[in-house]
Amino acid sequence: MSLQVTNLRVYYRTLAGDVRALDGVTFGVADGEIMGLAGESGCGKSTLGNSLVRFDPRMRYIEGRVELEGLELPIWDNAAMNDFRFKEVSIVPQYAMSALNPTRKIGRMTAELVAARGIPPETIVPELERRLDLVGLSRDVLDRYPIELSGGMKQRMVMVLSTILNPSLLIADEITSALDVSTQKAVAEMLVSFRDHGFVKSMIVITHDVSILYQIADTITVMYAGKLAEKAPTESIISAPRHPYTRLLISSLPEVGVRYAERRLAGIAGSPPLLLDPPAGCRFRDRCPVASEQCLQEPPFVEIEAGHFAACWKVA
Amino acid sequence: MRRYFGRKLLIYGLTFFIAATIDWMIPRFMPGNPVQSLLSRSHVAPDAVPALIAYYNNLFGLDRPIWEQYLSFWGALLSGDLGRSVYLTGRPVTDVIMSAVPYTLALLVPAILLSWWAGNSFGAMAARRRWLDNAALPIGYILTATPYMWLAIVLAWILGFIFRLFPISGGYSYALEPTLTWTFVGSLFSHWFLPFASLFLVMFGGWAIGMRNMIIYELDADYSRYLEALGAPTRLVRKYAFRNAVLPQITGLALQLGVIVSGALVTEIVFSYPGIGKLTLAAIQNEDYFLLQGIFLFIIVGVLIANFLVDIAYVLVDPRTRVGMSGRSA
Amino acid sequence: MNDPERISSAVPVGAAAPDRAPIQPAAPAPAPRPGEPAAASGRAEAVGRRREILYFALRDRKVLVGLGILIVFVAAAVVGPLIRPGDPDAFVGPMAAAPSREWWFGTTTFGQDVFAQFVYGVGSTFLVGLFGGGLAALIGMTVGFVAGYRGGVVDEILNMLTNVVLVIPTLALLLIAAAYLTARGVLVEAVFIGLTSWPWAARAIRAQTFSLNTREFVDLARLTGVPSWRVIFGEIAPNMGSYLFMTFILLFGGAILIAATLDFIGLGPTSGSSLGMMMYNAVAWSALQLGMWWWFIPPGLGITAIVGALYVMNVGLDEIFNPRLRKM
Repeated sequence: MSLQVTNLRVYYRTLAGDVRALDGVTFGVADGEIMGLAGESGCGKSTLGNSLVRFDPRMRYIEGRVELEGLELPIWDNAAMNDFRFKEVSIVPQYAMSALNPTRKIGRMTAELVAARGIPPETIVPELERRLDLVGLSRDVLDRYPIELSGGMKQRMVMVLSTILNPSLLIADEITSALDVSTQKAVAEMLVSFRDHGFVKSMIVITHDVSILYQIADTITVMYAGKLAEKAPTESIISAPRHPYTRLLISSLPEVGVRYAERRLAGIAGSPPLLLDPPAGCRFRDRCPVASEQCLQEPPFVEIEAGHFAACWKVA
Repeated sequence: MRRYFGRKLLIYGLTFFIAATIDWMIPRFMPGNPVQSLLSRSHVAPDAVPALIAYYNNLFGLDRPIWEQYLSFWGALLSGDLGRSVYLTGRPVTDVIMSAVPYTLALLVPAILLSWWAGNSFGAMAARRRWLDNAALPIGYILTATPYMWLAIVLAWILGFIFRLFPISGGYSYALEPTLTWTFVGSLFSHWFLPFASLFLVMFGGWAIGMRNMIIYELDADYSRYLEALGAPTRLVRKYAFRNAVLPQITGLALQLGVIVSGALVTEIVFSYPGIGKLTLAAIQNEDYFLLQGIFLFIIVGVLIANFLVDIAYVLVDPRTRVGMSGRSA
Repeated sequence: MNDPERISSAVPVGAAAPDRAPIQPAAPAPAPRPGEPAAASGRAEAVGRRREILYFALRDRKVLVGLGILIVFVAAAVVGPLIRPGDPDAFVGPMAAAPSREWWFGTTTFGQDVFAQFVYGVGSTFLVGLFGGGLAALIGMTVGFVAGYRGGVVDEILNMLTNVVLVIPTLALLLIAAAYLTARGVLVEAVFIGLTSWPWAARAIRAQTFSLNTREFVDLARLTGVPSWRVIFGEIAPNMGSYLFMTFILLFGGAILIAATLDFIGLGPTSGSSLGMMMYNAVAWSALQLGMWWWFIPPGLGITAIVGALYVMNVGLDEIFNPRLRKM
């Protein structure tokens, strides 16, 4: 396992109390694995992504352990985490369009950032240029200001910059949501090629768009209301989902070649529980078509067949 | 970049045109014969009256068609003729103003530049240290809420009247003749210091608070968060934030110019400092409207030139204006 | 793109253009970003947010201090004239008396009661701020909304107008206009100030409107043929309510400072008293050289306290409306 997360619990401080955005999640990401992380907005998937890289000031570490390449990440300690950021764990943020300092030429900013991390900038230049070529950016972008680049160019630039030190783990947070469909596909394929070239060892791709994950992810993890619902190889999640929530989520997706006049898209009735004071037991209970008495107990997240995990009494 | 300056110059030209037209229109919209009514309301030295009436009748040319009056107004304006001062017995307004301008510039230019530099540095420092921030913030807000003339009065009272450290009236000692001697220069400086200090302090408070608030916004910007997510040291993040926070402060300088100039005018009045401000008060008290109109045009031109200088500074600092995109202040 | 027009930079410094301090309101709180805890949705969220704002407003030191000072001064302006009725400029006391139990703030060289002038002046200061700042806010909003919503040629023209008024020094314009008006009251002064101090607000509101323009609810309203004014007042304005309020506060403070300046050079109201005129008279009649501090300290202190309270309250509100600033 490249990444092993054990019982991670991270809350958001709010006025009304702690919001249990991440309430005890356990999973692993294998070497070379691209793990998709899907779920409705507010389910805690971005909180998970952020807690592996950098805590938002309002986030509060409760408990849990994160190991990357066998080393524990001190995620609760902002200063200590600095040694790991960029070099071991890196992020392509959802705000990639505005992630570059507007008043520095991109090359100079890159050099200053790398130098600040103790690496002589000239040593990375050949690799930087090679990777720019790979993503189809001309080398002279380094001599330009961010405002001179299009949105798609900035996105690719950020992807190259974030991975230039070959981190073990890359978090890609909603990176396709601001792009049009054709660019989405190109960006998604670029992520795969980064893994194939060994720029990053493994990857967590966070998105609410399962169809993107279908194209690139090796495994898909589905989150619901701060907890993991199901994790399985992409093919299983798409064709044979086990958790009732995953089933509804997958069946609500448009399918290529299907005429929707014939088959109405099924939304999921109801809304997720408030995470301020979530009910005991299975959190999907109130919306679940197959819920029963047993669901008042919290279902464990267990391996139901090789590589296929789910948290539901009905599938165990 | 050419487009940026072209646009700016167009606005400045338009502004000057409108301002001058307002200047021309106002006396003509007054009921009655403007020359008669202005002169009768003014405190004119009696021996100057006939000459002034002849001069202004010719200048206003009320018997001519209105467009001709307007054209000849522009003709006079462009040749630097702003009319004649009534209370100073017919001295050309341009001369009168020119003799006051050096004093006002001597106050304004150092006060603006130094307060901008010091305020921004201090504000950036305050954003970094909590205790400094807690101390700096209230002081900054009090300073920036202080009316210019009041701070001038208070400084004059404490440092001038109670402690007798500085003179509180005039541009130099009345006992001296303007000569290029150390005594005279020393006198100029000691008379200059208090008005300068009070202008400096009020502006300083504004810049410091502005920079402090701006830095906090910049530290919260996406590019700052990205740098932090990549483990950049605080030093680098702050350096970038400061650099970007300076840009709106430059635009702010342009926006503040009008207010700063009026601050200088009232400060001069408190200290009877012989610049444009004191002249303005004299013009108002003596109802010398020709002088007032001249001062009005003069201030406009001055502010427009200063605006243009700020624009040039902005282009030098913000790369985006140079690469053909419109900059922040566009 | 004018990302610059992000408010933080748009109204640069702030408080005002009219005014000096860089204290501008920040952009309206952004919609919750994906990934933030979805506490609730729809109405529940709006109620929660309102409650949250009230909660912080009642606990924010800056807001409380600012509001407290303002209340004291409003009370002084209301109650003061009842304690000392009659013409505040009347010659009622001994000449040049220092503050005493009988004359709280002392008297002027001519035996006028400084306290009576002060409370009267505080009243007219609030009037000028309210009407001058209010008129400026009204013009600024109208120009900003229309320019930002309509865009195109309308925007170009309004933008040009804004820029022209922006560079004309307000005082210079008032100098020439006020000098020709032989009878002036506080309201006339307020109108002048309102007509000249709106540009930075218009620019800031225009930028905000632009950014709201692209939101779905505005698009939807526009597509369904709702008239512009209803989109503006029904959809756009409510979404930047806090921002508009803060803009008004800054214009309020700015108008007070401009009025003080005008009064001080003798272009204020031709009848009645004001804090600026008190300072003018004190300087003109050599209160400085005579050491009559009670004549010139109160009026300036009053203006500083009122304007400072407005600014500080504004910063407090900014922190309340933009939760991310609270932690700093």
